[in-house]
Amino acid sequence: MATLALRDVRKSYANHEAIKGISLDVEDREFVVFVGPSGCGKSTLLRMIAGLEEISSGDLLIDGKRMNDVGPAQRELAMVFQSYALYPHMTVAQNMGFALKLAGVKTEERNAKVAEAARILQLEPYLDRKPGQLSGGQRQRVAIGRSIVRNPKIFLFDEPLSNLDAALRGQMRIELAHLHEQLNATMIYVTHDQIEAMTMADKIVVLHAGRVEQVGSPLELYHHPRNVFVAGFMGSPRMNLLSGTITSMDASGATIAAPGGISVTVPVSPEGLGGTGSPVTLGIRPEHLSVDPNGSIAGHALIAERLGGLTLLHVELQDKTMLVVQTDGADATKVHQPVRLTISPAHAHVFGADGLAAGHFERHPLTV
Amino acid sequence: MRNSLFQKTLLTVLGWGIALVMFFPIFWMFLTGFKSELDAVSTPPHLFFHPTLQSYVEVQGRANYFRFAMNSVVISVGGTVLALILAIPAAYVMAFFPTSRTRGTLLWMLSTKMLPPVGVLIPIYLLMRSSGLLDTRTGLILVYMLMNLPIVVWMLFTFFKEVPRDILEAGRMDGAGRLGELRHVLLPLSLPGVASTGLLSLILCWNEAFWSLNLTSSNAAPLTAFIASFSSPEGLFFGKLSAASTLAVAPILIFGWLSQRQLVRGLTFGAVK
Repeated sequence: MATLALRDVRKSYANHEAIKGISLDVEDREFVVFVGPSGCGKSTLLRMIAGLEEISSGDLLIDGKRMNDVGPAQRELAMVFQSYALYPHMTVAQNMGFALKLAGVKTEERNAKVAEAARILQLEPYLDRKPGQLSGGQRQRVAIGRSIVRNPKIFLFDEPLSNLDAALRGQMRIELAHLHEQLNATMIYVTHDQIEAMTMADKIVVLHAGRVEQVGSPLELYHHPRNVFVAGFMGSPRMNLLSGTITSMDASGATIAAPGGISVTVPVSPEGLGGTGSPVTLGIRPEHLSVDPNGSIAGHALIAERLGGLTLLHVELQDKTMLVVQTDGADATKVHQPVRLTISPAHAHVFGADGLAAGHFERHPLTV
Repeated sequence: MRNSLFQKTLLTVLGWGIALVMFFPIFWMFLTGFKSELDAVSTPPHLFFHPTLQSYVEVQGRANYFRFAMNSVVISVGGTVLALILAIPAAYVMAFFPTSRTRGTLLWMLSTKMLPPVGVLIPIYLLMRSSGLLDTRTGLILVYMLMNLPIVVWMLFTFFKEVPRDILEAGRMDGAGRLGELRHVLLPLSLPGVASTGLLSLILCWNEAFWSLNLTSSNAAPLTAFIASFSSPEGLFFGKLSAASTLAVAPILIFGWLSQRQLVRGLTFGAVK
């Protein structure tokens, strides 16, 4: 149970900087997810917290104490690796008890702790097996068990589910969330999968090219992305991003004209957008577009991805602009058929030329 | 199907052929050791003869085989153990904490193997003489260790590279420390590799003749010197020479045969994984 703080933390290599000054606070018992595209520095940052990579400059504080120069084991953190990194020559019980054995914990106490972790993770039948005899999901559990046994201040997860198949990944996601409840522990979790981030996190940290793009709750990131990058990265299917210009601005918001004959008045404050005629990016999530016979936007359906419960229509507007629209599973639109769309203006986003989002007049109720 | 059967047969025949060609001299030496000197030099050679232990008796009468053998064992094992002790940490650092110079260091180490030993005979001889290590087991152990160190480091480096870095890092997170990481994680995981490296070093030490002939005279002389002592002084007595050679290669041959599986597994570790 602990807090963690990063103060302008940097990582530089000979000819480039991988982490470009990150400051962040992780509260006690919080589940924080680092998410970002590959190469954004999220794993490096986690390894710096773990003590496996040196911190070039800045401070790492755990429970208020500076930990930069403390060895990985003495930081009292536990890490679950992407590859599980189990010791192949040891049994499951030995794997889980290894840290305690090194720490000189007595055999009985060690066995009790291993048994307790095995019970929590339903690993009891496998304690005498070697990792090679286990399935992927079981190995993952052993790796988690190995960290539970140590009762660490903070759990670190480095893309722990990416080696599992889709069904198992979904199941383990639930189990991890449940485990977080059960253990009441501080956890930091790295993933490139924004669904994992959205479903498990208390707080998401979106990283891009060594910088923090935004920190916030999952719904905050979804409803109020700070910039174009976050808007495009969070949410699946991706937000439609169109370049447009401001045609007018008044108390009701900014009116944007975008390709394909789109004109929409978005209730955002004009601050930072520049005046009428300024170039902006208009962002509309597929779920905030709908098929409407009276809609003002005309095009025709190119592809229909029918997922059962919902349908994703890829619509080509008259000037070849592509829009993805999320409609009902029962939507009858056929491919190559003309279709008209409406935008829900309150949910649209406007980004200025610098990529930053214009503030909505009203915050989404769940993010207040 | 017919083609693959043909290939299989061809490979088998070829394999047996090569094995026979390689094995024949040793087999012939073994036979000759049991011949009388007269049978040993007769042309055409006699395939059937009265086996006799006369050569062995004479060999043992002229030189104390067991003293030479003991020297060989001590020097080979000593040189190998010392090389492993030095090479394991070196290979560990090069495999897991490489710098921009690691590749160059490895190549430089290997390049020392290209140097003809005669080139450094005089300096080494003088060094040995001035430090009082001539004709001592310690002296030969040091020379053998140095001689095999590049190969031992290279082999260990290759085997260590196969061990996933994550597993070592997991050990570090668990509080193993550098030595614990080596002892509890890396060495158990690369044991087949370490074993085959040790075996190879042992065989190389055992068979080494150049340094042992030049740096020893009697006290520390290993089996290679034992064979050599039968080759020149009084013309060629093939019976005695064969008997001495058989005695010299027998221990390492038996040892190699027993550890064959380990050796092959180690040498092909990366390739067939």
